[in-house]
Amino acid sequence: MPKTIPPDSVGLVTPKHQHFDTPLALDCGRSLPEFELVYETYGELNATRSNAVLVCHALSGDHHVAGYHSMKDTKPGWWETCVGPGKPIDTNRFFVVSPSNLGSCKGSTGPTTDNPETGKRYGPDFPILTVRDWVRSQERLALALGIEQWAAVAGGSLGGMQALQWAIDFPDKIRHAIIIAAAPRLSAQNIAFNEVARQAIMSDPEFHEGRYYEHGVVPRRGLMLARMLGHITYLSDDVMRAKFGRELREGKLNFGFDEEFQVESYLRYQGRSFVDRFDANTYLLITKMLDYFDPAADFGNDLTTAFARIKAHCFTLAFSTDWRFSTGRSREIVKAMIDARVGVSYAEVESTQGHDAFLMPIPFYLDAFGAYMHGIEVEPGG
Amino acid sequence: MTLRTDLALISDWISPGSRVLDLGCGDGTLLAHLQAERDVRGYGLEIDDANIVACMRSHLNVVQRDLNEGLYDFRSDAFDYLIMTQTLQAVRYPDRLLKEMLRIGREGIVTFPNFAHWRARLCLAMGGRMPVSRALPNEWYNTPNIHLCTIKDFENLCRKNGIRILDRAVVDVTHRETGSMRLAPNLLGEIAIYRLCQQPA
Repeated sequence: MPKTIPPDSVGLVTPKHQHFDTPLALDCGRSLPEFELVYETYGELNATRSNAVLVCHALSGDHHVAGYHSMKDTKPGWWETCVGPGKPIDTNRFFVVSPSNLGSCKGSTGPTTDNPETGKRYGPDFPILTVRDWVRSQERLALALGIEQWAAVAGGSLGGMQALQWAIDFPDKIRHAIIIAAAPRLSAQNIAFNEVARQAIMSDPEFHEGRYYEHGVVPRRGLMLARMLGHITYLSDDVMRAKFGRELREGKLNFGFDEEFQVESYLRYQGRSFVDRFDANTYLLITKMLDYFDPAADFGNDLTTAFARIKAHCFTLAFSTDWRFSTGRSREIVKAMIDARVGVSYAEVESTQGHDAFLMPIPFYLDAFGAYMHGIEVEPGG
Repeated sequence: MTLRTDLALISDWISPGSRVLDLGCGDGTLLAHLQAERDVRGYGLEIDDANIVACMRSHLNVVQRDLNEGLYDFRSDAFDYLIMTQTLQAVRYPDRLLKEMLRIGREGIVTFPNFAHWRARLCLAMGGRMPVSRALPNEWYNTPNIHLCTIKDFENLCRKNGIRILDRAVVDVTHRETGSMRLAPNLLGEIAIYRLCQQPA
């Protein structure tokens, strides 16, 4: 917990709520009659409302991007390395808006909130969303906050996919898209990992077809397994070797199936702690959203055609040991952007940390990101 | 800031408003100049981290990439000009890269240090040592230049591969061109600058 707030932190922050009464039509054909988004903001919106940056979260992220909720917090928000005064997304210049997305379990409307039509939790009846739906809901939030155009939309992993979707779907409402450690769509291998994670959850006897809330239980083992599997894909072979090697907890083999290797106890810890802060239906939903993400699909499966409508300037970043969304996947994005004559820069960051590198304070990453953000005018034409 | 003479020369060869890809764009000096003076829309390819950050600071489109991987994923005729300054001699397959350049760009602009400059010849012939000069400042063991060539060599390669030379300038390391250099370029020129295109097969 912070004894004092570091000077480069946004400090103590309080989440806000925005309710929307008009229905939101969804890609699946259904609609949400009403919904709520919980979000945080950092920095000040300028008089021309032109310095707003939307930060989008990934699978297990939320609206708490930076700063602390109380002095008792053990950790700051999930992107504290990149968001704050003097950091790449400099809150002295930018007004940062970071919602928890629909379907997540951190306060915005989702499987864990009540369905206004039944008065009971949505649970498995919550509609399957798409990244486009998320972007539509975020556009509603922008309107509510009086932001006609984002100076930038930024995110890592699934967050980067939202930035990309923003650039395609609302070309006039975004000046820059920052797409970090993302992919233009998931590979069969990516989908395979997601499917195993979903099967782990759905085969848990306490899953009850997703109606576990009504039974007063949680599919703990399934969600824990899903997280353990996911975590393996977030780390690189290198970083696992460096962190754990083949180290044994008790220094000797016990010839049993309890935790013996350090990596086992690390994964179990990660899995267990995740269960306490995350919802299984949300995990199912968001992994499905990842699988469905495919902006080219709406344009004859041609990414270049999809990108032809982009007016934003784009910045793409990838990390050398990321094998979940490898550098090759980011290069696909960059290639299609160049072919579509979209302004783009691309940095390929050497790192040992795998997919999780986008959360790490890697000097070249922060320098390149910072240099790019610094070039964004907060008063365009002013 | 005054632009190096070779860069100014290149700039004169570029028609305003064209699309440019700068291979090994360094800190983006040329690209920034072309954007400001020639209103080009361009991208730079660059491998070095510090140069990437420098380009970003100058608001340039820069893509981090190793030219030795080739340019296979770029579409044919995607650009008006492909430019490569002082990089040809440092890549693994200069002949293939030249071919790729002229596939992707309508024209190519290439500069390289001339290994047949009289000082280099003297160094090797009389001193018996690999030349170290103003244009070639590194020792043999730490030079990035693994495919040094002469003006004659380069023009032979162009002939062999059906590459047409549209323009040539030969300068010294301060990037000045003198009359004698025009008379005996392979002996007196330190840096060669070419504008090229691929002849139809």
